[in-house]
Amino acid sequence: MSITKKVSVLAVGLGMVGTLAACGSSSDDGGGSGSGGSGTVTLVSHDSWAASKDVLAAFEKQSGYKVKVLEDGDAGQAVNKAILTKDNPQGDVFFGVDNTLLSRALDNGLFQPYEAKGSDRIRPEYRADRDKHRVTPVDTGDVCVNYDKAYFAKHRLSPPKTFDDLAKPAYKDLLVTENAGSSSPGLGFLLGTAAKYGDDGWEGYWKKLKANGVKVVDSWEQAYNEEFSGSAGGKKAGGDRPLVVSYASSPPAEVVYADPQPDTAPTGVADGTCFRQVEYAGLLANAKNPEGGKALLDFLVSKTFQEDMPLNMFVYPVRKDAQVPEAFAKFGPQAEDPQTLDPAKIAGHRDPWVKSWTSLVLK
Amino acid sequence: MSREGEQAVKAPVRRAGNVRGSAARLGLMAVPVAFFAVFFAYPVAAIVARGLKADGAWRLGRIGDVLAQSDVRHVLWFTTWQALASTALTLLVALPGAYVFARFEFPGKQVLRAVVTVPFVLPTVVVGTAFLALVGRGGLLDELWGLRLDTTVWAILLAHVFFNYAVVVRTVGGLWAQLDPRQEEAARMLGASRLRAWRQVTLPALAPAVAAAALMVFLFTFTSFGVVQILGGPTFSTLEVEIYRQTSQVFDLSTAAVLTLVQFAAVAAVLAVHAWTVRRRETALRLVDAGTTARRPRGAGQWALLAGVLGVIVVLLVLPLAVLVQRSLGASGFGYYRALTREDGGTFLVPPIEAIGNSLQYAVAATAIAVVIGGLAAAALTRRDAGRFVRGFDALLMLPLGVSAVTVGFGFLIALDEPPLDLRASWILVPLVQALVGVPFVVRTMLPVLRAVDGRLREAAAVLGASPWRVWREVDLPMVRRALLVAAGFAFAVSLGEFGATVFIARPDNPTLPVAVARLLGRPGDMNYGQAMALSTILMLVCAVALVVLERLRTDRSGEF
Repeated sequence: MSITKKVSVLAVGLGMVGTLAACGSSSDDGGGSGSGGSGTVTLVSHDSWAASKDVLAAFEKQSGYKVKVLEDGDAGQAVNKAILTKDNPQGDVFFGVDNTLLSRALDNGLFQPYEAKGSDRIRPEYRADRDKHRVTPVDTGDVCVNYDKAYFAKHRLSPPKTFDDLAKPAYKDLLVTENAGSSSPGLGFLLGTAAKYGDDGWEGYWKKLKANGVKVVDSWEQAYNEEFSGSAGGKKAGGDRPLVVSYASSPPAEVVYADPQPDTAPTGVADGTCFRQVEYAGLLANAKNPEGGKALLDFLVSKTFQEDMPLNMFVYPVRKDAQVPEAFAKFGPQAEDPQTLDPAKIAGHRDPWVKSWTSLVLK
Repeated sequence: MSREGEQAVKAPVRRAGNVRGSAARLGLMAVPVAFFAVFFAYPVAAIVARGLKADGAWRLGRIGDVLAQSDVRHVLWFTTWQALASTALTLLVALPGAYVFARFEFPGKQVLRAVVTVPFVLPTVVVGTAFLALVGRGGLLDELWGLRLDTTVWAILLAHVFFNYAVVVRTVGGLWAQLDPRQEEAARMLGASRLRAWRQVTLPALAPAVAAAALMVFLFTFTSFGVVQILGGPTFSTLEVEIYRQTSQVFDLSTAAVLTLVQFAAVAAVLAVHAWTVRRRETALRLVDAGTTARRPRGAGQWALLAGVLGVIVVLLVLPLAVLVQRSLGASGFGYYRALTREDGGTFLVPPIEAIGNSLQYAVAATAIAVVIGGLAAAALTRRDAGRFVRGFDALLMLPLGVSAVTVGFGFLIALDEPPLDLRASWILVPLVQALVGVPFVVRTMLPVLRAVDGRLREAAAVLGASPWRVWREVDLPMVRRALLVAAGFAFAVSLGEFGATVFIARPDNPTLPVAVARLLGRPGDMNYGQAMALSTILMLVCAVALVVLERLRTDRSGEF
């Protein structure tokens, strides 16, 4: 699972076209009519990959390459499989390795250097591996606690805002989160607490959370669609936990995917509980069409793609000059001051942290 | 019939037929052997070797290291006992069902037989959701008795019954329906009590089918994955769950490889025990047309039995399925269903409804492959005087059920990546993987029936000059047509529902139904959730209709013997 997993739909299908490139033609089998490229360029990604058809078609027309997309399971699987096949890769570009797994990809030599055109427009805080340029940041998202507005209104309780709040008696037995060992948001939340309370403090915090009745389920689907009382699925399933670890972009999804659409989101975000994830793409070592791969990487950080992306994958652009769609900005603003961790630090601690967390919380 | 008499008839034919028979058998086996070598053994060996080899040297010490961990031993213990308990419970609940379906005639029987098979095809993500409506908060048990079983082992066991009910009803019921009831009646005429007649006449005849069903259920529950994760919560873990976690999350391939070997060894041991017990029990049976053995229930006892079985089916199987249907109807005017036809370039590049066509095409291809491969294997394995090598092969065919989909999926990636077998991006990979799971069903369903065919019929045909092919066509085929269709139904259902391996290979422009459901569930928002429920309902319907059609095919032709 990944930050892009949670939502997407074609803006076109919902009549919410933002700033799409003005090109409605269907793909023309990659005929070399553009700027010199020809043949197929293959993008390997996870099952949350999504892009507007017209935007992809425009790239195909302009570059001359035909784009083929392979979705290789969830984010963890996709990265692992890319590493296993790196000597004979399935494609040219891999998209979808996030900061929690970045070091695994780099240490295993998954990518070859390429600095995408337009990289200078990317916000500096997202750029990693800057001396070698093996990866290019493409999108970012926040793992945050979401709350069920109706529940807190009904109980005349103000929703929690911070990590500390979650451990308070007022919020006893209200939070459901995911197994950090098997779920991407679950891991993100754990990393957020580790960033907040430090190497020595996070275990103490989780002891308090456990004493305060945090419930852990295995996957985001279960937590959000079954246990959480504020989501469309959870309402049908009779979910009774008004707090859930999900994404900052989940509330707008509850609006966009409702029919008819409500004026406000039924859920909100506890702004002080967020952990920022960044997703990267890179040119695969041993790519068979490196030139096409480079063109595709340029495209991923182009303004067109960056502005198309939010409503498809419900993530935020990394490019400074990319406009976020209005509906998106309204219901799903990015966290102001999220927790962050250096990928190198995550690399060294991820597995032991998950192990300690498992024996502390699950056993 | 006397054993000596049978031997006397056989002896002269054997010498003449033996050489030709062995050659034919080897020929029949070549195809399935090659299939399993290339699409199963080689990929799995490749991924295990990748995990256990470092710098060209084997690190077998890892096996000891991993097994020494108390966590791992705990997982192994839990995996084993929950599988045994699930198998026992499934047999207990489903054997009366098998009897009722085999012996009683009642309205709606065909449809109901299809319905009980539906759980089999549903992705566990969806079934877990539905099952929570039975055992979870606000579920039926909660309403009636304030009883909540979610996150207990009971939820896991009951869900395993839910999934595997059809395995017992179809495998055991299939043979039961063809047993001549007059044998039991004769025993009773001769003074045996009802129980004694059943124990001494029917049970021995059924034993191979019961053992086959138990074996299937055990293998399925031993390698249970989604059910354990969703209903048991993160505190319960089977070997399969651990292998998945080590491979796709932790990326510790050496631990995954050791666990794969452990699971492999356990499954192989079970298969060996099974082969040994079944061999001792199998006998030639007098099979009759299934249509003639079923009749309307008579007397209060039989009606009560029928009512009891139907009650269990309604509560345990129909209710969870009904919950899914109900949730799919949430939006006004079938809104979720209508949304499925819209092109939704975000989730997929095609309208989700097209997943139906994809799934059907894959399932038909997979069924064809499974029936051909499984049929050849079953034909080769038919003779009870088969050598040890052949019997080993019998067990080998079952091994894919004991290996994690993620192991096979990862294995495919690194093993089948060079021409002429660079299949990684080819559509054929999907039906191939699905057939791998379908073949064991075909073999298991056909073998008891094939072995029950009296060998003297074949020999008589051979003596009269029929070629082995003609013997098969004129003697075996008419008798196993029923089993063949049951087997095809299983293979079809399994292919429709296969998720674990398919998810790796399905492309955004051709998702299968289970893959589409899982992706929709992975996104927040009412329309996504509703469409997931609507697609699940469609998946159920497609499966049920396909199975009913298969049943019809069978009835139309059952008058031939």
